[in-house]
Amino acid sequence: MAAYIFRRVLLMITLLFMLSVAVFFLFNMLPGDPARLTCGKACTPDLIEANRKRLGYDQPVLVQYQNFVGGIFFGRTFSADSPEPIKCEAPCLGYSFSRHEEVMSLITRAAPVTFWLAVGAFIIWLTVGISLGIFAALRRGRWQDRLTLGISLVGYSMPSFFIGLILYYFVVIQWKLLDKPEYVSPFEDLGKFLATMILPWIVLAVLYAAFYMRLTRNQVLEVLNDDYVRTARAKGLPERTVVVKHALRAGLTPIVTSAGLDLAGLLGGAIISENIFNLPGLGSLAVDSITKSDLPIITGLTLLTASLIIVANLVVDLLYAVIDPRVRLT
Amino acid sequence: MVGRSLRQIVWARLRRDKVAMFTLIVLIAFVLIAIVGPFLLPNPAQVFDKSAISDLGGRPKLPNGGISPEHILGVEWGTGRDIFGQLIYGLRISLIIASSATFITVVLGTVIGIFAGYAGGLTDTVIGRFMDLILAFPFLLIILALSGVLTQRLTDLGVPEGNPSRILYLILVMSVFGWPYLARIVRGQVLSLREREFVEAAVAMGAKRRRILFGEILPNLWAPILVYATLTLPAYIGLEAALSFLGVGVQAPDTTFGAMLATSVAFFKTVPTYLYFPGFTLVVLVVAFNLFGDAVRDALDPKAIH
Repeated sequence: MAAYIFRRVLLMITLLFMLSVAVFFLFNMLPGDPARLTCGKACTPDLIEANRKRLGYDQPVLVQYQNFVGGIFFGRTFSADSPEPIKCEAPCLGYSFSRHEEVMSLITRAAPVTFWLAVGAFIIWLTVGISLGIFAALRRGRWQDRLTLGISLVGYSMPSFFIGLILYYFVVIQWKLLDKPEYVSPFEDLGKFLATMILPWIVLAVLYAAFYMRLTRNQVLEVLNDDYVRTARAKGLPERTVVVKHALRAGLTPIVTSAGLDLAGLLGGAIISENIFNLPGLGSLAVDSITKSDLPIITGLTLLTASLIIVANLVVDLLYAVIDPRVRLT
Repeated sequence: MVGRSLRQIVWARLRRDKVAMFTLIVLIAFVLIAIVGPFLLPNPAQVFDKSAISDLGGRPKLPNGGISPEHILGVEWGTGRDIFGQLIYGLRISLIIASSATFITVVLGTVIGIFAGYAGGLTDTVIGRFMDLILAFPFLLIILALSGVLTQRLTDLGVPEGNPSRILYLILVMSVFGWPYLARIVRGQVLSLREREFVEAAVAMGAKRRRILFGEILPNLWAPILVYATLTLPAYIGLEAALSFLGVGVQAPDTTFGAMLATSVAFFKTVPTYLYFPGFTLVVLVVAFNLFGDAVRDALDPKAIH
């Protein structure tokens, strides 16, 4: 087991390194001139040139990359020789000159919104998806099964932005059941927080719940055909015990692991839901930065999101190896 | 011979499946409309019916977004373009994007998956890590961020400016981020197939590697590939709509479902029909594809529960 963990962690570090290189060079070909964003309307060609030099954007890409990675581990200072140097403490993901703020602090400000959005939706979709999946599997072939399958099919065929628009239109505009969404922290005003988040939660949860419902149903059906379930039945255990204690436990493992990956993906920002419901999370930050060609933010966000997924992959694989010893061989 | 008999079995099962047959008819109808429709209807990108909208503000004169015998689904606010015509022309672009992207995804995924699975060793490891890298990328963010530059690159390479470049960009990025999923499935299958006797026999008879990969192994992979393709197509239709909604992709005067929905947002407080028509058409199309994909999977699966 120790050797397996070691190998996987080593692999993760390699991947993270490759990722940082890929992200950095990919975005280096974007047109946004970071130096131009430093002076806004006061820009003159000379000023832009001077700023570019001061900030190190005139250096070769490789040197820029070194500075970037150095900043993550040791922090860095922008425009060091000017009267007002900008000090960016480690972990420094860069500095946005259009917003005059460190990328890291922009991200930490937006992250809670995305966190609550993702976690709330996650709880809803797992509860609904798994229970409906089990329900359908136990009534396999009957009308309840077909109805649940049909609902889930429509659920994952609906583009989430369409569900979002329809819900927003009816609930907020037509029926005025909820106020226009405006994010507040749950610690500040829990009622308003819930009223804002409920629609985005539903939008995200519909898509995933539909998918998890099918996954659960197929898993449970597969396990119910296994020999050990037949054995459990044969030795006279009540059906309830057979289903809950024997079938579910084995059948749900792959579902829980794939849920981990999906949650990690969402934590990097739910671009569409945040866009529709005007939530100031990581997804909105990303879209806004893309519109403004604010390169440091885009690079930082991409790197952060991808790292989340890579780390979640490792965690899920390790959990899997704990549960199922056969995995460690490969 | 193997391929043909499999096709016969699958077709026989599909024909007995009423849902499959019904959705197949719906899908054929959609495809026919997308092909024939533009020959029968004027392109709404060029026809602006100013008589259907008010002079000030461009609000459709008739209620429900200007529904009339001439414009059976109404007209677009501000321009007077026919919504029914937009749906037909948009359907065509959506289908072209989704089916081309599915085709490239399937070819890439299959070829790379077969190579990785059969070669094993270092080749397999390198390809595997590369796929992990692609799968870790937040692809929506990357597609949004790179759209401007890469569309321009395509134009520089000689693709016609504007929407052709944008469409090609969408097809390419969807394929680039889509193939690893299929490659993983194919690789897994190849790992067990390459140990089978018929492969060993082919190797012993001195068959070339290309012949083993594509003559011996590939015919055994049609089932997972077909299932993957039928479920990827609707996913790409939805993805294209989402991307157009976010502003990447086809721009006015051309349109797609996503682009129409994005435009309708500005007006849906007063003209909700403009949101409904493209939205429900999109849902029907995707549901039909998904239902058909499920039916194909059941037909290909010997263990399927009926």
